[in-house]
Amino acid sequence: MPALEFNINKIRNDFPTLKQSINDNQLVYLDSAATTQKPQSVIDVINEFYTSQNANVHRGRHTLSEHATTLYEQARDKTAKYFNVLSKEIVWTKGATEAINLVSNGLRNRLSKNDTIIISALEHHANIVPWQVLSEQTGAKLIALPVNHDGTLNIKQCCDFIKQSKPSLLTITQASNTLGNITNLEPLITAAKNVDSLVLIDGAQGAMHLKPDLRKLNCDFYVCSSHKMLGPTGLGVLYGQYEALNSLDVYQTGGEMIDKVYLTHSTYRPAPAKFETGTPNISGVLGFSAALDYLNAIQSSELHRYEQELFKYAAEQLVTIEGITIYSNLSDNIGTLSFNFKDEHPYDLATLLDGYGVAVRAGHHCTQPLMAHLGLNGTLRASFCFYNTYEDVDIFINSLKECIALLD
Amino acid sequence: MTNTFKKVTESIEKASAWQQKYREIMLLGKTLPALPEVLKTEDALVPGCESKVWMFVEFDLKENTLVVIGDSDTRIVKGLLAIILALYNGLTPEQVVNINAYEEFDKLGLISHLSASRGNGIKAMVNKIQTMAQQKIS
Repeated sequence: MPALEFNINKIRNDFPTLKQSINDNQLVYLDSAATTQKPQSVIDVINEFYTSQNANVHRGRHTLSEHATTLYEQARDKTAKYFNVLSKEIVWTKGATEAINLVSNGLRNRLSKNDTIIISALEHHANIVPWQVLSEQTGAKLIALPVNHDGTLNIKQCCDFIKQSKPSLLTITQASNTLGNITNLEPLITAAKNVDSLVLIDGAQGAMHLKPDLRKLNCDFYVCSSHKMLGPTGLGVLYGQYEALNSLDVYQTGGEMIDKVYLTHSTYRPAPAKFETGTPNISGVLGFSAALDYLNAIQSSELHRYEQELFKYAAEQLVTIEGITIYSNLSDNIGTLSFNFKDEHPYDLATLLDGYGVAVRAGHHCTQPLMAHLGLNGTLRASFCFYNTYEDVDIFINSLKECIALLD
Repeated sequence: MTNTFKKVTESIEKASAWQQKYREIMLLGKTLPALPEVLKTEDALVPGCESKVWMFVEFDLKENTLVVIGDSDTRIVKGLLAIILALYNGLTPEQVVNINAYEEFDKLGLISHLSASRGNGIKAMVNKIQTMAQQKIS
């Protein structure tokens, strides 16, 4: 199917959630970094599955099961194609968090006190805590990349740091969930590969906005979350370069992942099956498949251009409000504005904005080390997506001004 | 209902627009004296995600009444805290267990602030006060 021209009116119409009033005002949804809204086609596919297609996959020779299995495996092919990798390199998980845990557990028997793991202060807690646990269990040293005071990275300094530290694993985000800042991954991955380090990229924020070519990116692992890319919740994706993936120890055990089971021991199937035990989230996978269809139908360069223009427009308006401090890097960003008004607590402004139907997030955004690094307790975060409009930005800015006036 | 509670909530009840309601809540918060920094300890923190709330629930043995003091780093939560304090302060444990904060917040049109997703600790505050009162009775 050829990619369609970017038509915001048509797109708006595809997202039923956006067509509602909150507190008697038109909803302005600016919390897509937390979860994106779903197009009708995704909702329909899930409904259709439970209405007429429900069956377990990879079992049973009956028609329904075979049909479900075909759709389920087609989704894996589609995901692999989206990221330009092989189908056997895609593992379904229950989320990006579980995907990271799968890798950290899979490395438990491979690391010792002589190994080093590098994370960064930009990471979501999900890309920090599993490595702390792994470090405790194996004795491996856990260190953090140097991050500038404004939350950006000095790439040269970081590459030198990697070269000197000789890590066994570098794990870093493609884009900060709090700031939206895009990480310049290529030089970091090259530096890590030069010292034979494994590389994991947290793509929870980047997978939809930046649509990476993972073959080209040359990372070993990449994780993302269906619900942050128009799909349903409860489903994540782990990409693993096949050798690296297949060499991980099993995470959870049970049915489906086994080859032969004897009473005292078992043998496992090769990846991805060995990481997919139990009945999977079938409706979630089919919903995600529909989400990818939706994204594929829009030219990704058009989508990116629109999101960037909208973000620029929003940032330009926001800086004109006196007393506002923006923490996001505005020049290299997926479309997230993290800010505060004077020394006001973000909770108050987020609560007041909700009164105007504007949905933003307030708090530390599951990045307490980054907040500490920036010397903040929290921020307001407005995160944009291609289904947002210029009118959304205007309402957001005007409402914010009204909320600020209410604080007097 | 205590007279203080009637007095503090009068303006909220009268407010017609939601903006006015929040204004009154924030003004209420301003009337609450700030807790000295030394009392803002980890132990006094009410579990809440987005805002900090410090609260002490003590029992005045001589008067047989609850004494509640607290503070918050946000304007709105501090205002809601002021309502909670006005609702329960100076009451006997028997009176406390008979006052349902949910009903009172509902009447004021503020019930959404007691929802789990708010994570503002108001719910936890009410639980702490009710638990203390229950303990004193039994």
